[in-house]
Amino acid sequence: MSFLKHHKKIETRATLLLVLSLVVVSIGGIVEIAPLFYLENTIEKVKGMRPYSPLELAGRNIYIREGCYTCHSQMIRPLRDEVERYGHYSLAVESVYDHPFQWGSKRTGPDLARVGGRYSDEWHVDHLINPRAVVPESIMPNYAFLMDTKIKPETARPLLLANARVGVPYSADMLEHAAADLKVQVDIDGDWEEMVARYPKAQVRNFDGQPQITEMDALVAYLQMLGTLVDFSTFKPDASR
Amino acid sequence: MSKKHKMADEDYPTTGHEWDGIREYDKPMPRWWLWTFFATIIFSLAYVIAYPAVPLIKGATPGLLGYSSRAQLQRSLDSVALENAEIEQLLLATPLENIAKNPSLVRYASAGGGAVFRTYCAQCHGAGAQGATGYPNLQDDDWLWGGDLAALEQTIQHGIRSDADEDTRYSEMPKFGEFLEEAQIEQLVEYLRQISGQDYLAETSANAEVLFADNCAACHGQNGEGNHEQGAPNLKDALWLYGGDRDALRHSIANARFGVMPAWNTRITPAQIRQVTFYVHQLGGGE
Repeated sequence: MSFLKHHKKIETRATLLLVLSLVVVSIGGIVEIAPLFYLENTIEKVKGMRPYSPLELAGRNIYIREGCYTCHSQMIRPLRDEVERYGHYSLAVESVYDHPFQWGSKRTGPDLARVGGRYSDEWHVDHLINPRAVVPESIMPNYAFLMDTKIKPETARPLLLANARVGVPYSADMLEHAAADLKVQVDIDGDWEEMVARYPKAQVRNFDGQPQITEMDALVAYLQMLGTLVDFSTFKPDASR
Repeated sequence: MSKKHKMADEDYPTTGHEWDGIREYDKPMPRWWLWTFFATIIFSLAYVIAYPAVPLIKGATPGLLGYSSRAQLQRSLDSVALENAEIEQLLLATPLENIAKNPSLVRYASAGGGAVFRTYCAQCHGAGAQGATGYPNLQDDDWLWGGDLAALEQTIQHGIRSDADEDTRYSEMPKFGEFLEEAQIEQLVEYLRQISGQDYLAETSANAEVLFADNCAACHGQNGEGNHEQGAPNLKDALWLYGGDRDALRHSIANARFGVMPAWNTRITPAQIRQVTFYVHQLGGGE
């Protein structure tokens, strides 16, 4: 064990110790992180994923702004109790357009990864206005003001553009129609066919029951699409995951 | 370690430093600590060989044990399914109305149905199925779309006004605020309070019978007894989904109501639907 004596040379020289520590940590980082960028089985190959529609993206922004992630996760782990309560475990590909992702690290409230379609719009509106109206034991804060805060459709394009710049594949067509697409998603009588062609499975209806487009519309539209995109008939679990 | 092997402190070399007359012994690490340290290194090597670990070009090394968290989950789901396979087959094969005759099915359906209810239904219908304003109470015998076993199963499978399901049951009350004058709505409000046995203004409700027959009776029945085919509530009883006070009635008539229940056949299994059907039916209100 005489080679261990040389350790003294490192321990007694602060700069050398620092540099060598960095080298060791970098090796760990490269081995753990770098493969995620090139390994093909990291992101599952399934059909159905698409970027968020402008209204859903606006709702996602509200979700982040209000800090919903501090109490709600969006990550169903592959454990029996979670799968039986929340549905199919989350796939990596389901977060592929999330900047930043909303996996969360703590559940004061339930996981929301597959909350889409689980409740009616009316329930979401009632529940966001006053959670105690439908779930008496809830400790969630009230978000009634979302009903009164209007959304300007012209804010959609910069939002899409910002996401496009960090890698979400929003096409020129999507950017051009961002404001119109946001408006038409709450208007069942409008010409929403093109919007749904751009964002398949997008749900079109008046989410909050009010004539104007509010943050409540956007947030409920976002919640109602969560976890609904992937076509699980196209999913084959990889044996090594 | 026995005493004779223990070296006296002064026999140990020092590190050679001296600060203010304080010197530092150069003692070896305790042997138990060193062996534990070596053991953790050996354990980590074994772990890397046994479990998925080293990322290569196409994927990580699978490990000798072939462990996968997703496969492990599947095995645990499969083993539960296998354990329940026999009774689940029986549950699916038994006509709904005969479940109550088989004690083991009753146990299985009510325990499983209770779990399904608490997981999926309680958020709207309440933990005790007591409902809330706008979300029906399932303990009473007042049913919008029918409360027998077959009707309950259909409702749970396909939901109500659920646009994700083609077989969902649908009806839509018109917003009478768009056709009727305010005075007419006031008349109907008092008339509803009259037929439901609440205090009412006799003067205002006096002429409302024709108004009711023209606008409401087609769905709610000639006497306001309701209609399960249309999900039209009984207006004669004291049970009100959205409230029976004047403000609530006025709002219901003028703006209509449009309660939506999601379809559950895409989210839970047919056996689970039967379990929760049975559970809800035996809560007390089942027809």
